[in-house]
Amino acid sequence: MRVAEAWRVALDALRANRLRSALTMLGVIIGVASVVLLVAIGTGTKQKVEQQVEGLGSNLLLVVPGRIEVGNAPVVSPLTLKDVDAVTRVVGDPDRVAVTVASGATARAGARSDFTTVQGVLETTPTVFTRELARGRYLTRTDVDTGRRVAVLGDSVARALFPDRDPLGQQVALAGVRFRVIGVFAPLGQSLGVDRDDEVHVPVTAAQRLWGTQRVDGIAVKAPDRERIDELGEQIVAELNRRHPDTEFSAVTQQQILGVLGDILGVLTGVLAAIAGISLLVGGVGVSNIMLVSVRERTREIGLRKAVGARPRDIGVQFLLEAVLLTTIGGLTGMALGVGTALLVDALSPIPAAITWWSLALAFGVSAVVGIVFGVVPAQRAGRLDPVVALRTE
Amino acid sequence: MTGAPPAIEAVDVSRTYQLDGVSVEALRGVSLVVQPGDYVALVGPSGSGKSTLMHLLGGLDRPTGGRLVIGGRDVNALAPPEMATLRNETIGFVFQAFHLLPRTSAVENVALPLVYRGVSARQRRERAAAMLGRVGLGHRLDHRPNQMSGGEQQRVAIARALVTEPTVLLADEPTGNLDSVTGAAVLELLEQLNAESGVALVMVTHDQEVAARAQRRITMRDGVVVADSADPRSTHDRPPSVDHGRPATLVPAPSAEPRSASGSGPGHPSGGSGGAAGATGRLPREAESNPGTKPGGTA
Ligand SMILES: Nc1ncnc2c1ncn2[C@@H]1O[C@H](COP(=O)(O)OP(=O)(O)OP(=O)(O)O)[C@@H](O)[C@H]1O
Ligand SMILES: [Mg+2]
Repeated sequence: MRVAEAWRVALDALRANRLRSALTMLGVIIGVASVVLLVAIGTGTKQKVEQQVEGLGSNLLLVVPGRIEVGNAPVVSPLTLKDVDAVTRVVGDPDRVAVTVASGATARAGARSDFTTVQGVLETTPTVFTRELARGRYLTRTDVDTGRRVAVLGDSVARALFPDRDPLGQQVALAGVRFRVIGVFAPLGQSLGVDRDDEVHVPVTAAQRLWGTQRVDGIAVKAPDRERIDELGEQIVAELNRRHPDTEFSAVTQQQILGVLGDILGVLTGVLAAIAGISLLVGGVGVSNIMLVSVRERTREIGLRKAVGARPRDIGVQFLLEAVLLTTIGGLTGMALGVGTALLVDALSPIPAAITWWSLALAFGVSAVVGIVFGVVPAQRAGRLDPVVALRTE
Repeated sequence: MTGAPPAIEAVDVSRTYQLDGVSVEALRGVSLVVQPGDYVALVGPSGSGKSTLMHLLGGLDRPTGGRLVIGGRDVNALAPPEMATLRNETIGFVFQAFHLLPRTSAVENVALPLVYRGVSARQRRERAAAMLGRVGLGHRLDHRPNQMSGGEQQRVAIARALVTEPTVLLADEPTGNLDSVTGAAVLELLEQLNAESGVALVMVTHDQEVAARAQRRITMRDGVVVADSADPRSTHDRPPSVDHGRPATLVPAPSAEPRSASGSGPGHPSGGSGGAAGATGRLPREAESNPGTKPGGTA
């Protein structure tokens, strides 16, 4: 039998049982759509995180006590501003060094309050990290040197405390101490579920006084060029180790952070795809089931076809094509559905989703393979039917 | 009937079914030759093996013993795909139950065997339409089986059997599902096609009148041929001209005796319940009626 003819017969068979074909396809459609959607979400998240890490600024070196590894408990920092001075001497340019000492605190303005993260920082923060202001100004060298109680609000803090007023020049109580608002950051959005606009920057000196500490949690250095970045990191770590022999320090680059995050998100995407794959598998079992029903239902037809000269292979191919058609039509529909849903999710929800060609190719390929794998047994059974027995079936 | 090679040749063919561990001997050594152009009526009581023999002659089934040559090819040497091709090229089947594909037009039903021959769609339709014209259904090309009468459906089935121009047309009770008038017309068509195209026609029938019209009559009983009008040796002491008396479907008159006629004559063997089944001397049936099942044997 010519292949074109086999296609026609298979299509006719599907059309003859429209509802059943559609319901059978539904399993495959859902499977493929969820593979495409979940992989899109995984990929989108990864891309967004990468963008954000890169958006922090270029050639960044983050220096923290302890070792940066997944699952390591954070270490209480022994660093102080004196260590920052030492690091600045190693770097040779005070504008390239930023610090942070952070803690949660309630910010209050009038009757409104907002629990937020207060960051004690140097005036270098906007240069080291890429950070833009929407209004007002950032901290100055003098603010830091004198421990002036001034604050720059993140976008969501500003909205929470001053929904209908200009925050500039207003007073904010941070952990009960009054600060004057001098600036508001441009919004950054979410990253890994964290609202990056929910923070308040104050001079590190003022923050330390607020919490009664000399501590600095971490130091960030913007390396002058990419080539020197690892060397610079080693020098800084060596200097800090000299000053604090009992503590381990690490200097990590954005590339390293991206590597770790990429691994985590890669595993996440894989797990999502596997879960979706299981539903595709279930869809395949459904196809197999329906094909067996179809073979049983059309036993007399099979017997008749054999009587007029169909070879076992002709019958097998006919039923295999039917199964493959079911899954590939289901697969294409599922792809369209998955892509559509992913685009909607990306546009209408905070969850990012990015379509990748490999996931489409994979989903389609898998659905075709599912059709072949789950169609083979029913097709073989049909091909091997004894024509006399088949013709006698009622 | 000497020059041309036989269309089908069966030599001591047997067919035994295994049914739940019990062997059922449906055919026990059948020998016959179907010549090109033959018109054979195959008669015999129900269960005598007529359909089983038809399936073998058509290459739908394989014998469990003996030699069967269809269109010059020994079926014992053929793999399933070759059997399929053999059926496609040399045999046309007409079934009692029509066996048309539902939801499929008459012309497509008729064209079906050509599909497995790789004939192009256009040629298929042309040849199928021409064949439908020959069976008198030129005006029903695109009707579906459920839009046709039984007689029309059987004509479609006949057209389908002949569209490949086979050498043998096997019809197993082709009029069995039709009323007598329609049946007679279908029969006439078959005879006409046999006469016109020279296709050999082997037809199972329970109708003695029909059987009498055939050029040759083969009578079966209990899996053996007990009379073949073309082969007087097989008739065992009875000339082929002797008729069966009244047309009987289930219990024919005891005219034809089992092939191994050594101990049997007009006198019936004892022990049976008196019917035709008992007269055969076949073990399973006798065993059935043996232990205490005779009327009055048990309280
Ligand atoms: N698939 C099978 N399995 C077991 N026994 C079978 C099978 N097919 C047929 N038989 C047996 O073989 C014998 C011959 O059957 P067959 O169908 O050839 O009879 P028949 O002469 O065509 O009868 P009828 O006139 O009723 O159609 C019967 O005893 C039947 O029970
Ligand atoms: Mg029969």
